[in-house]
Amino acid sequence: MFNYTFHWHQAFRALPDMMWGALVTIEVAVFSMVLGIAFAVLLAVARLSSNRLAYGAATVWIEVARNTPALFQIYMAHFGLGSFGIHLSPWWALLAGITFNNAGYLAETFRGALRAIPATQTRAARSLGMGPIRAFWSVVLPQMFRISFPPMTNQMVWAILMTSLGLTVGLATDLAGVTQELNVRTFRTFEFFALAAVLYYLIAKAVMLGARLIAWRLFRY
Amino acid sequence: MIEIENVRKSFGALEVLKGVSMTVEKGEVVTVIGGSGSGKSTLLTCINGLEAIQGGKITVDGTVVHDPRTDLNKLRQKIGIVFQQFNAFPHLTVLENVTLAPRKVLGMSREAADEIAVKQLSHVGLADKLSVYPSRLSGGQQQRMAIARALAMSPDYMLFDEVTSALDPQLVGEVLDTLRLLASEGMTMICVTHEMRFAREVSDRVAFFREGLIHEIGTPAQIFEAPEKPETAAFLKVAH
Repeated sequence: MFNYTFHWHQAFRALPDMMWGALVTIEVAVFSMVLGIAFAVLLAVARLSSNRLAYGAATVWIEVARNTPALFQIYMAHFGLGSFGIHLSPWWALLAGITFNNAGYLAETFRGALRAIPATQTRAARSLGMGPIRAFWSVVLPQMFRISFPPMTNQMVWAILMTSLGLTVGLATDLAGVTQELNVRTFRTFEFFALAAVLYYLIAKAVMLGARLIAWRLFRY
Repeated sequence: MIEIENVRKSFGALEVLKGVSMTVEKGEVVTVIGGSGSGKSTLLTCINGLEAIQGGKITVDGTVVHDPRTDLNKLRQKIGIVFQQFNAFPHLTVLENVTLAPRKVLGMSREAADEIAVKQLSHVGLADKLSVYPSRLSGGQQQRMAIARALAMSPDYMLFDEVTSALDPQLVGEVLDTLRLLASEGMTMICVTHEMRFAREVSDRVAFFREGLIHEIGTPAQIFEAPEKPETAAFLKVAH
């Protein structure tokens, strides 16, 4: 009944290739996080602004990002935009899709954090002669990042895991893509995917550890 | 010179200032006393343009505060304000709290800003707390830091909005001492306060606020010893 023979050596021989794939995974996740944070700050501010157009656009982005599958978002970036003549390569489509998703989730996190910062902080900054942007940048934003840091860490892990969806738009260079290539060439499905899972797990753990170090270094107060 | 002419201010349907007029000369210390909700604090935030007004005019050294052409950021550099809640920036050390505006607003170098900050922090007795975060300070220390932070911009005027009201009673003294020191150095100050003894002692003039208006204004001797209006006398009786 159970007559599958494990061939781990084949998997381990492919480990360097998979590690290179892991680098692409990390690369996409990091870029999507950096861009996602930048967009999320704008979205959160738009959601708190009285400008109806900004509020409306931000709301649509956040609603779609949070309430539709990430798979759908990445698909749309690749095949959906393709229908309109905008052709993103699998790598760019994956980056765009995950950035879109990250921004939606982080925007809500940031919005909550912004509301937790007393308005008197901005008042104090403004009364020292700072303009609104300077006050936001120097006084509000650093506090917002501290409050949002744990959920941001979760989102980073989530971004790492979401990169595996690149498979669906034909990305062959990230960890999931490389693993799938090896799989179809060898049919050692269990071995390769188990190894890939371990690598994903280790990356996620490394992210958590790195986040803890950053928090320890950054948030001394 | 700060000239306040017939200023009206409403929050929605609630009219908080109902035509306040007052002039504060350079070097003068004016304290504003009065019951809660009488509009005292609101007046201060109107003077530096944090709040809009619905009528009247406020002029600081000839600049009309609520003129849309007025550069408020520039104006605020010469009007320091300290609030009831200390509003320390929690993510910055004491030194960084004080150097932030000189560096980012006045464009000072780190060295120049540090020098001024150390001087001001020594002035308020916090020279040994430079690298500490505000969460490690007592309320009185945080409030003195806020005063140093405002002073680091070298303002011509200082506004104090009930700066001792959020403090434990035993910490009030250290903050009032700092204000006394400033007054003795000739700083032009408007202090909204509930500390009657302090008001009596440091003020050149005392303004009694009642229902959005200056009900009575005069020297401490006039207000505290021989108030003309019965409401002033009644308030002081309770406030003492």
